Amino acid sequence: MGAGHSHALYIHEHSRLHKLAPEAKLAAAVGLVVSVAITPRQAIWAFGVYSLMVIALAAWSRVPARFLVVRLGAVLPFVAFALVIPFVASGRQTDILGMDVSVEGLWGMWNIVAKALLGAGVSILLTATTEIPEIIRGLGVLRVPSVVTGIATFMIRYLELIADELGRVRVAMTSRGYDPRWLHQARPIASSAGAMFVRSYERGERVHAAMLARGFDGEMPDFGKPRASPLEWLGIVALVVLSLSVAIAALVST
Amino acid sequence: MSGDVRVADVWFSYPDGRAALRGLDLTIEEGERVALIGPNGAGKTTLALHLNGVLRADTGEISIVGLEMADENLKEIRRRVGLVFQDPNDQLFMPSVRDDVAFGPANLGFSGERLEERVTEALEMVDGLEFADRPPHHLSGGEKNRAALATVLAMEPDVVVFDEPSSGLDPAGRRDSIETLRRLPMTQLIITHDMPLALELCSRAVIVSGGRVVASGASAEIFSDADLLARHRLEFPHVPSPGTHLRRV
Repeated sequence: MGAGHSHALYIHEHSRLHKLAPEAKLAAAVGLVVSVAITPRQAIWAFGVYSLMVIALAAWSRVPARFLVVRLGAVLPFVAFALVIPFVASGRQTDILGMDVSVEGLWGMWNIVAKALLGAGVSILLTATTEIPEIIRGLGVLRVPSVVTGIATFMIRYLELIADELGRVRVAMTSRGYDPRWLHQARPIASSAGAMFVRSYERGERVHAAMLARGFDGEMPDFGKPRASPLEWLGIVALVVLSLSVAIAALVST
Repeated sequence: MSGDVRVADVWFSYPDGRAALRGLDLTIEEGERVALIGPNGAGKTTLALHLNGVLRADTGEISIVGLEMADENLKEIRRRVGLVFQDPNDQLFMPSVRDDVAFGPANLGFSGERLEERVTEALEMVDGLEFADRPPHHLSGGEKNRAALATVLAMEPDVVVFDEPSSGLDPAGRRDSIETLRRLPMTQLIITHDMPLALELCSRAVIVSGGRVVASGASAEIFSDADLLARHRLEFPHVPSPGTHLRRV
């Protein structure tokens, strides 16, 4: 990861997937995730097709497999929860390795594990190949209201500053002997939260003044960055049509 | 009406009733570099925010390069007057320095190669090309100041107003800042508590106190008038040389 890249989810590479316009990647990701979500759990073959698609995209992106596997660890809590279901669910029981497990529960487990892994895989690929500011720009191109994308932009920019300020407030408290252990000592934390809010608000006003000073008129400017080309859209539409056809075929067949 | 910046009898109170400007008069000629000094709360920053219409005077007149401060001129005035804020974190709000520098010209309608050109030129003027693609929170204090200046220079302003250009910088950063300001050809108003900086850069100094201009003249004269300075809670710093100090100890 180069020094210029701002977030830990991004892998610096020069693949075609990296260069694809962000709005196209977003549309593809949403299309894939929706297809996975509506696919009935019995259509195991469909999940096989989706897995192949995600693996093909991952190979195309040149993001290291190790990175993808480690990031997939984020879904472990859900998987752990899903593993319990066959043992606690009721209904027809079957015998696996000498243990009584619920058939319905097994299907439930499979449903959660397969969909969580595929959904997470798609989002990890999206964020590994697209920097966050680009994702926000893509959302803007896809007509997400500028108020929403604006808030997201500022949140990313100022989150670290606010965290820094909070850190300084903590140091100031600690250096004056504040070492909270009990609930009744929480008061200073609450009042510092209030102070942080006021400071953030004041900063908001100053930032707004700075924006006005440079000709801001309520609309974030379009920096004239390249949009997705018709060819790119064609590829995305093909991908989404393929995944949706798999989902529909699965729905019909079960 | 002469002067690049003309402020005549401007009064302004904040919504909470605090009167910040009380009949302020100030004229700055084209190409002049003027220091604006004064105690805390004198109205210096408030004046700066008036110069490009972020705040609007209750009464009085302001004109910039012949343009009256009025709604229909606001866009042009904001292009012609650049404000460099005290805290560069307030000025740098985009995810990367390059986008931030592009923000102003993009608002003016620049795009594509012309936008790219403006951004590169502005960054070159502050030696900032090396950090163009970094997010602002990964810059050092001096780099942030330079990036903030580049965001304003990209607007190609006729007048630049600096609010405390040397605050929070280490000595080398302060020296860089002075040299950068010296290189800029446009009319400048420098709000500062750093009187040695003001003396070095500005031929004229203006003291603002209680929302009014109380003195204006050659920097050397203003800064050598200890009584005048003391009356307005100001003092030209007396710098003991380390050598003298050694002998005394």
